[in-house]
Amino acid sequence: MLRLLNIEFIKLWNNRASKILILAYFILLSCIALIAAIKFDFGFFKFHLAEQGIFNFPYIWHFNTYVAAALKFFLAIVIVSMMANEYSNKTIKQNLIDGLSKKEFILSKFLTVAVFALVSTIFVFIISLTLGYIFSSFTETSIVFSDLEYIVAFFIKLLGFFSFCLFLGILIKRSAFALGFLFVWYMAEGFARIVLNLWDKTSEYADAITQFFPLQSMSNLIKQPFSRLGAVKEMANQVGEQFNFDYTVHWYNIIIVLFWTSLFVIFSYKLLQKRDL
Amino acid sequence: MRTILTITNLTKKYGLLTAVNNLSFTIKKGNVYGILGPNGSGKSTTLGIALNVVNKTSGDFEWFDGTVSTHEALKKVGAIIERPNFYPYMTAYKNLELVCKIKGIDTSKINEKLELVDLIDRKDSKFKTFSLGMKQRLAIASALLNDPEILILDEPTNGLDPQGIHKIRALIQQIASTGTTILLASHLLDEVEKVCTHVVVLRKGKKLYSGRVDEMISSHGFFELKCEDNISLISFLESHPSIEKTIRKDDLITAFLNTPLSASEFNKQLFNAGIPLSHLVLRKESLEEQFLKLTDNTSS
Repeated sequence: MLRLLNIEFIKLWNNRASKILILAYFILLSCIALIAAIKFDFGFFKFHLAEQGIFNFPYIWHFNTYVAAALKFFLAIVIVSMMANEYSNKTIKQNLIDGLSKKEFILSKFLTVAVFALVSTIFVFIISLTLGYIFSSFTETSIVFSDLEYIVAFFIKLLGFFSFCLFLGILIKRSAFALGFLFVWYMAEGFARIVLNLWDKTSEYADAITQFFPLQSMSNLIKQPFSRLGAVKEMANQVGEQFNFDYTVHWYNIIIVLFWTSLFVIFSYKLLQKRDL
Repeated sequence: MRTILTITNLTKKYGLLTAVNNLSFTIKKGNVYGILGPNGSGKSTTLGIALNVVNKTSGDFEWFDGTVSTHEALKKVGAIIERPNFYPYMTAYKNLELVCKIKGIDTSKINEKLELVDLIDRKDSKFKTFSLGMKQRLAIASALLNDPEILILDEPTNGLDPQGIHKIRALIQQIASTGTTILLASHLLDEVEKVCTHVVVLRKGKKLYSGRVDEMISSHGFFELKCEDNISLISFLESHPSIEKTIRKDDLITAFLNTPLSASEFNKQLFNAGIPLSHLVLRKESLEEQFLKLTDNTSS
């Protein structure tokens, strides 16, 4: 396993574009901490975002994982191109001739993707923990380590999304087209949702069906945290609006995403097995 | 002698086209093999199947008597197919390091092999800055990293300039002289004739001949003759027991032998018969002529 990771590491780290994107991703990830620095001071109106409770335990787990997940597109580019480049350079052919089996090839890519997801998760965990201890109003251990399912959901979400990118890279073999296809897929899911909403205004059916779509299921894992924020709730209350939003990470969402993840990996392997290079 | 690769009844179809048709041959250790055939005769497809990058339609192949899985066997094989494929953004050295990791061997031999192919000065240059000849030589260095049981080369001189071709050929001959088994696919006959001991001839995916090169060129050769008095020369040749047939083209007469006969002996006979020659050459048919004959015979 280490051999396979080592092989992928050599390929990625010597590619300047990949290296810059990976570094940019982790630097931006740590920039979440900069949200703490957002301060407005208009004399009569003082606003310091860090003091609005966004860094309170356990809410911080939800908030940070949601914001951090938006940065996943940086790694998506790296992953799609690391797969597509193997085709355009024909190095996949040479790798197999040199004695890598097709299974090992897919495994090495999947392991890399898993490591990306794991390192991101650990990174977000440490940043959140640090920010929380600095700004949170509550630092009792039992509160600090509650709601950690968001961290688990974050890992699963990234793993699923990156596996999707991997599969698209193999399927389409050209990084730009694969990324384009990802976007088209995203639009298609949105379009399907609109059509379902036309049919049934309550969006009950739309929710029930779209939760099984790959991208929607990933986004369902961590829902938007903003309406949960004290200040936002207060504002909503003033205009007579009540949020009834389900923020919890459901086990069945996790299952759906894991199902897609394994499907993408298996399809990638089958595709590679079937193709003549 | 150990068997390295056995191919039995191998067939590959691309839709309606049959690229490889019921092909069987064996590669034994210590020999230098050539796979000959015109473009599109199935050479690369056959190698691709044995090297795990093309799926066979039917038939079988076995590395090292089938004792190991294909991808394990390939770690003991060095192969380059058509064009050298490396990571363009990585240096020559890094690329070879990666190959070592895949083959599961240590990196101690990289410098030695780069020296062999005369690329040691460029080892820290990126692959994309290399000329085609250098790329091809790097591919050979990469294929030799594990001191392979067999070196497989598919059209190694394709697209190179004369200097490049010469360099690669000298390299192949040097490697062959160390006793490494080589399998060389090519449509360039003199290339195969110069280095190979055995040959497999393919045409449209079918095997036409497989065996030793010298047995393929089995004829006793022919004389090219010129003299003043063609009429008496031809009548002499037609009554000569060792001459199979004669062909006259302009004033050059070609006489094919059916038994061995030395040029000096033949010259003496003609002189004694009162036919002095102005031109006498004993020639052997080249592999090329033999190959064309072989591929022609079966084309109709």
